[in-house]
Amino acid sequence: MGALDKVEIKKLTKRYGTERALGGVNLELAAGKMTALLGHNGAGKTTLLGIVSTLVRATDGTVTYVSSGAPVEGEHVRRQIGMLAHSSLCYAELSAVENLALTAGLYEVDGSPEAITAMLDRVGLEPKARDRAARTYSRGMLQRLALARALLTKPSLVLLDEPFTGLDRGGALALGEQLGILRDAGAIVVVVTHDLEAIAGRTDHVAILRRGQLVFEERGSYSYEQLKDVYHRFAN
Amino acid sequence: MSNKGIPVLAALAAIGFVVTIYLVFTYAPLVEDPVLMFNQKIFYYHVAHAFMLFLATAVCGVCSLVFLKTRKPKYDDLALASAEVAAMFGAVVLATGMIWAKAAWDIWWVWEKRLTMSLLLWLVLVGYVLVRRFAGSSADRLAAGLAAFGTVGIPFIYFMVDASDHHPKAGAGGVAATLPPEMKLVFWLSVLTFLLWCVALVMSRVQSARAERELREIRERGLDAGLFT
Amino acid sequence: MSVLRHAARVAWKDLRIELRSKEIVYTMAFFGALIVVVYSFAFPVKPDLVRAAVPGMLWVAIAFAGTVGLGRAFDRERENDTMRALLLAPIPRLAVFLGKAAAISLLVLLVALVCAPLLALLLDVDLFAMPAELLLLLVLGAIGFANVGSVFAATLLKVRSRDVLLPVILYPILIPLFVAGTSATEAMIAVKPDLDKLWYWIGFLGIYDAVFLVLSMWVFEALVIE
Ligand SMILES: Nc1ncnc2c1ncn2[C@@H]1O[C@H](COP(=O)(O)OP(=O)(O)OP(=O)(O)O)[C@@H](O)[C@H]1O
Ligand SMILES: [Mg+2]
Repeated sequence: MGALDKVEIKKLTKRYGTERALGGVNLELAAGKMTALLGHNGAGKTTLLGIVSTLVRATDGTVTYVSSGAPVEGEHVRRQIGMLAHSSLCYAELSAVENLALTAGLYEVDGSPEAITAMLDRVGLEPKARDRAARTYSRGMLQRLALARALLTKPSLVLLDEPFTGLDRGGALALGEQLGILRDAGAIVVVVTHDLEAIAGRTDHVAILRRGQLVFEERGSYSYEQLKDVYHRFAN
Repeated sequence: MSNKGIPVLAALAAIGFVVTIYLVFTYAPLVEDPVLMFNQKIFYYHVAHAFMLFLATAVCGVCSLVFLKTRKPKYDDLALASAEVAAMFGAVVLATGMIWAKAAWDIWWVWEKRLTMSLLLWLVLVGYVLVRRFAGSSADRLAAGLAAFGTVGIPFIYFMVDASDHHPKAGAGGVAATLPPEMKLVFWLSVLTFLLWCVALVMSRVQSARAERELREIRERGLDAGLFT
Repeated sequence: MSVLRHAARVAWKDLRIELRSKEIVYTMAFFGALIVVVYSFAFPVKPDLVRAAVPGMLWVAIAFAGTVGLGRAFDRERENDTMRALLLAPIPRLAVFLGKAAAISLLVLLVALVCAPLLALLLDVDLFAMPAELLLLLVLGAIGFANVGSVFAATLLKVRSRDVLLPVILYPILIPLFVAGTSATEAMIAVKPDLDKLWYWIGFLGIYDAVFLVLSMWVFEALVIE
């Protein structure tokens, strides 16, 4: 089973107890496209990513993952997912190298020291920190490690939840660049962010959530001004 | 389950209750035990409630497992309703058990087998209610897990209480099979009455949970249409 | 068999982190020892009284120290949301459960192995009259505890009041396990050891572990997915 070509989200509803986080969202994510998922705090963005990442179960509705024309599920889907969230998903007691080796083991990808070094070079984690426990890292270093972790498994569905927080300007630009590379390599990229500047000009698809509902969806590249304009018109 | 069934069941239970109470005091013979005598009458209520405690807990356990596997809210409603009703019946079992113990042995609590089992099961149910209340948005899953594990644990509790020699054993209260026929009739009538009552309670609790959900959905539709902003 | 291989990987990761910091082992063992010491002050140390009370002390110490260790072991998975990383990995979620449960069984067993000699020493009872049987008993107890404990600690991970809810959920389910452990220990250290009783309870524990292991494996995924 190879890369995912398409993710179809249909009538997705999620309730947490009495609260409704998502109310019937329809969305289609395609390979080689970067989707920006925008909306105010509490709009349901993280919840949507959670369901797409299979860690949250929808109350109603379906998410279909398609690989080479056929629907896939379970471990085959998880194998293809790369996740970058608020938290680093890395063990604080283990070093960067050990964290990546563990991930490589679980995903059964190349976890040789050379491959790990190459990946850490790619995200720009400074060499002298690589064998220290991750708990000693700064926020930005941790975020770079998290990115390395996500990229190591060569995911074809990359889910990013506010990936720019904690990165300096250079880090944010570099991350934007990496996402562009992934997208051009044919991955499905979904970015949740409030940092419109960082994604301006890079997205192929903009979706805005408001109180759990999709209120705006448009394909095409958006400049910073355009993003700001649609955000203010639809998110409120 | 329909709305209309509940009043009918409740009415039947009420009639059953009046009839049983009448029969308990006029028709069922007094036991010959000089200590128990009149006190034995509580048996008709104590044991009937214990039956309902185990029945409702089993329903809760099964529904919880089904809910975990399907995540259909209707099973969760039923599990919650039966757990609450079971907890209530359990409290009555323990209270009447204590009254029985006071009358028969002049102490408030004895580690009689069935009473001990009821207590352990009741602890699971109290845990269930606490989890429902304090576990936030994970409450339904957690409570379902607790109910499933608790129900699967019933046979272990049974064999444990049976084999454990930690507590001095008090004599068991009457067993249905050895009762004289008049007592047996009244006893089963009482069981039937409380079964009806139990089902009526569970159904109305399910109804209220469902009504709550419907109200919420209507409100959501209003919100979507921009009514309240 | 990829389930077992991945489970071993998850367990080994936990043990490696623990070997490095030793935080859980040291604090759990110290806590267990403290409970034992407090007990030896709480009850008069008379030979027949002690013989009756020691089995209960041992298993209550295991229960309390075990709960503390269990909570901390899962706190570690919460710190950087690493539990999500494990659940997101393309391995059967069963492997995550088995790995965590295996690592925690070892920790609990270790604590039991600290508490038992300490009780024997401080209260002068011959707990080790049947060392092999005692070890078997403690292993079965640790497995049962870790198994039920892991399911609920993992599910409680994102609940605010998880620290109080963990024992509220665990103990009612684990009462048969603790009673079985206590009764078996009692049979073992009695003046005239009662082998029938001992093996009845060891068998009871074996079946308890097996049944709840199957149940846990069956519902774990349904419970941990939000
Ligand atoms: N575990 C949970 N329990 C209860 N309610 C939740 C939970 N997670 C999310 N919610 C609710 O669901 C709604 C959507 O939350 P979500 O985290 O998806 O928002 P978001 O768009 O990611 O917001 P932000 O921009 O602040 O990250 C909110 O109203 C929130 O209160
Ligand atoms: Mg969010």
